[in-house]
Amino acid sequence: MTEIPSLDLDPFSIEFFDNPHPVHEVLREAGPVVRLAKWNIYGVARYAEVHAVLNDPIAFCSSRGVGLSDFAKEPPWRPQSIILEADPPEHTRTRAVLNRVLSPSVMKQLRSSFVAAAEARVDALLAKGSFDAIADLAEAYPLSVFPDALGLKPEGRENLLPYAGLVFNAFGPPNQLRQDAIARSAPHQAYVAEQCQRENLAPGGFGACIHAQADSGDITAAEAPLLVRSLLSAGLDTTVNGIGAAVYCLARFPDQWARLRNDPTLARNAFEEAVRFESPVQTFFRTTTRDVEIGGARIGEGEKILMFLAAANRDPRRWDNPDQYDITRRTSGHVGYGSGVHMCVGQLVARLEGESVLTALAKRVASIKITGPATRRFNNTLRGLESLPITIKAA
Amino acid sequence: MPSINFIHPDNRSERIEATIGDSVMQVATAHGIDEIVAECGGNAMCATCHVYVDEGWLPRLAAMSEEENELLDGVAAERRPNSRLSCQIKLTPEFDGLVVRLPDRQI
Repeated sequence: MTEIPSLDLDPFSIEFFDNPHPVHEVLREAGPVVRLAKWNIYGVARYAEVHAVLNDPIAFCSSRGVGLSDFAKEPPWRPQSIILEADPPEHTRTRAVLNRVLSPSVMKQLRSSFVAAAEARVDALLAKGSFDAIADLAEAYPLSVFPDALGLKPEGRENLLPYAGLVFNAFGPPNQLRQDAIARSAPHQAYVAEQCQRENLAPGGFGACIHAQADSGDITAAEAPLLVRSLLSAGLDTTVNGIGAAVYCLARFPDQWARLRNDPTLARNAFEEAVRFESPVQTFFRTTTRDVEIGGARIGEGEKILMFLAAANRDPRRWDNPDQYDITRRTSGHVGYGSGVHMCVGQLVARLEGESVLTALAKRVASIKITGPATRRFNNTLRGLESLPITIKAA
Repeated sequence: MPSINFIHPDNRSERIEATIGDSVMQVATAHGIDEIVAECGGNAMCATCHVYVDEGWLPRLAAMSEEENELLDGVAAERRPNSRLSCQIKLTPEFDGLVVRLPDRQI
């Protein structure tokens, strides 16, 4: 059996978040699996191993939590998710419900309003000229379409981003980021619990569709609010960081921006490549349910495995020129949305939002210039910016 | 090894040697058949690996699941009676010579 190298680094420190790429390389090159002594866990950072762990949900389970906390040893900080933190066969049933709610035919119905909202947003930003690409575009656009698609009331939506930030910080270890987020969480949790109830969700939205599935018996009335909560947890901050990543890429790499301007039909792939390149969701955990073998090394039952999705998405064993943002790259197979049975159930919504924004930019904007320091927002799971001052000029 | 004939929207035909056990989608993406996008990587979520299966071959395919049937309602190109998702067609030796036509768009 292969010996597992032990590394001393902390993949949840601010220094690491500030510039993770060199450390990702260290993790990949150390071996197919590494021991991370600081948190008493294992890590996989190469594409092949990350993909293998994601695609074996029986040996590498989610029901003991997809963060550092092992639900077999401590209670979850909030009631356990019945989709994210569940395994087949239980997961199969709840997943089928959200698959239907977020299906390609539903996206066809949403497309025209999502496109119109992106065009209106870009027009308003062109009138301004200079603005913050994070607050005024990456956050403002999803906030203008997703809560309405879900059927949320207008009041209280300011809780959405803090709640999502909390959920993704809570996957991390008990560091300052996680403790601060949980300490401030009470009002956001109360808001979310309330909005998941049937009477607070407008007819025709994703939330009402989920509750309707309880009528047909596919889920129970008690399960419906928990599935709505999944969309409130994971449906907004992820696309904020995805759109932020795409705009940051296009602003930094003018040759790629020129290609997109030249052919706006590349918008969807340009967004997809930004998800690979920046990996807005950086990591997830699994827990071993038995003795397993990874890359010739043996790991026992009940161990936490940290999957570095972002490192896998730049593994030179899998990708040509992985550190280049290339909007014509064949991106299929990247793990930015995960892979296997838990692969992001909202991926079609994310792509529709990303494509709508990038298409509107490509058709209406001639140039994007970064005009001030890009500052980072730190989160235990999400990678993205706090602020990106830019100036755009009309085409 | 079974071979698959992919017919492009311009009627150009491309014959590809496939590995038993792979899906038609995997064969297409591994060989640069650009008409197959396969955004969701074979999870039967996205309907961007849509193909039209040659009528002669259609009865030999495994019946489609309810999920696949629902997804096919969302395909970008026209849905026809011989529409299938290529990620759901797993190759066995008897599929040697399978003919699939590629739609003009997936998104």
